[in-house]
Amino acid sequence: MELLLKIWRQANGQKKGSMVNYEVKNIEPDMSFLEMLDILNQGLIETGEEPVAFDHDCREGICGMCSLVINGSPHGPDRGTTTCQLHMRRFKSGDTIYIEPFRGTAFPVVKDLVVDRSAFDRIQQSGGYVSINTSGNTVDANAAPIPKPDADEAFNAAACIGCGACVAACKNSSAMLFVGAKVSQYSRLPQGKVEAKERVINMVKQMDKEGFGNCTNTGACEAHCPKGISLENILNLNREYLKAKIIK
Amino acid sequence: MQSSIVKKVLMALSGIFLMIFLLQHLSINLTSLIPDNGKTFNTISHFMGYNPLVQFVLQPILIFGVFFHFIMGLVLEYENRAARKQKYVYSNTRSSWISRNMIITGLVILSFLMLHFYDFWVPEIQYKYIDHGIHNSSKYFHELQEKFHGQTLRTILYCVSFILLGLHLNHGLSSSAQSVGAVKKENGRIRLLANIYSISITSGFIIVALYHYFV
Ligand code: HEM
Ligand code: SF4
Ligand code: FES
Repeated sequence: MELLLKIWRQANGQKKGSMVNYEVKNIEPDMSFLEMLDILNQGLIETGEEPVAFDHDCREGICGMCSLVINGSPHGPDRGTTTCQLHMRRFKSGDTIYIEPFRGTAFPVVKDLVVDRSAFDRIQQSGGYVSINTSGNTVDANAAPIPKPDADEAFNAAACIGCGACVAACKNSSAMLFVGAKVSQYSRLPQGKVEAKERVINMVKQMDKEGFGNCTNTGACEAHCPKGISLENILNLNREYLKAKIIK
Repeated sequence: MQSSIVKKVLMALSGIFLMIFLLQHLSINLTSLIPDNGKTFNTISHFMGYNPLVQFVLQPILIFGVFFHFIMGLVLEYENRAARKQKYVYSNTRSSWISRNMIITGLVILSFLMLHFYDFWVPEIQYKYIDHGIHNSSKYFHELQEKFHGQTLRTILYCVSFILLGLHLNHGLSSSAQSVGAVKKENGRIRLLANIYSISITSGFIIVALYHYFV
């Protein structure tokens, strides 16, 4: 396959960036999208140019490190997949592919396609945990009876890998789906209920402080989430938040 | 007030309040279609125009509600733009145009409201409180006919605004249900209700305008 890539290049957070054209040849349809970028970078290194910086780690859809907005879609054209799981057979030889970083004031560009997603870490640190002493006195998880539907919903919410595609997809760069998933994951379980109130208030406070936008309920987050995190989690977040604010 | 969720809940509550008001407004307008030479329409309009509860309690609440809603809409729009200063070169998100452009349909409604106030509300206030006109319970139907009969430009402006209003309400209703934490936006029943409500409001107001344009 031969492709024309239009890639966002930006030396660092201070410098201005722009789209730069690259042609790549000899791409196999069975290559992954990131392998295609590896080939591009190998070529750039050989000609003494600066390779394109992009995030990745596990390359199997579980770590949430890969990002990229491919032809306008976070994680590319396929539903329910991360960028690292996208394959070149999804494209045709001769295609032009736009590759941009996740956009959001709260996700500043570090270099090229790499953005700083530590805002998510800070939200998580503000309440995304349960305070349980696990040293030496662990109890079997099955000892706590939990209704199956609650367990399922908590499990579905816990599938969020914290990639930030929801922010990238939202026209307001809102982080409500991510925060909704993290809040729901705990609010459904007895262990999480103890700190439910402080958790939701602190996480929303941190979310707002980081500069994410407000939710307009467009549903783009859900439609681009590689893990199928449902809008129901935002509904639940709104509920938990109002409950925490109204019932003192 | 600083919290994004509180802002969205207030946005939704003011929107829900305005949606209830629109139902009441449309019901009254529909009475102008009753073939009794406007008798029913006049009686209700006169009641609304002179009842102290309506005039001095409900009307100020309504005006506050409209102001609150569009100012909050502008605040949210400003914040949301600030949350993404650098736009995508190529964007292709899976969401509806209506849901992404509430500010556009909203601003069209706002411009329409100014025209509408200039057409009906300003003359009414002038008549009642400045010229101290006598109670005239038979003038409303006539005024309505005068504004629309053969008035092509006004009728078109009104009808176009009603269509954009319908789009605003179609997303607005389901979105507000999700914002207040009641029902998921994509729940089938709330989508159905949003479709029925927005289509009824748009077609109802258009039918009234066209009726008085032609008849
Ligand atoms: C009678 C007139 C109106 C009604 C019934 C109405 C109703 C609604 C409803 C129900 C919502 C959904 C709230 C939510 O998502 O939680 C909404 C959102 C919105 N409205 Fe209105 N609206 C009206 C007029 C206006 C006007 C004049 C503006 C002017 C700017 C406006 C701007 C907006 C904006 C920007 C939003 C989206 C807010 C967001 O989710 O970010 N609306 N409206
Ligand atoms: S909700 Fe989905 S899109 Fe958002 S961070 Fe979690 S996995 Fe990524
Ligand atoms: S690299 Fe780990 S999810 Fe894509």
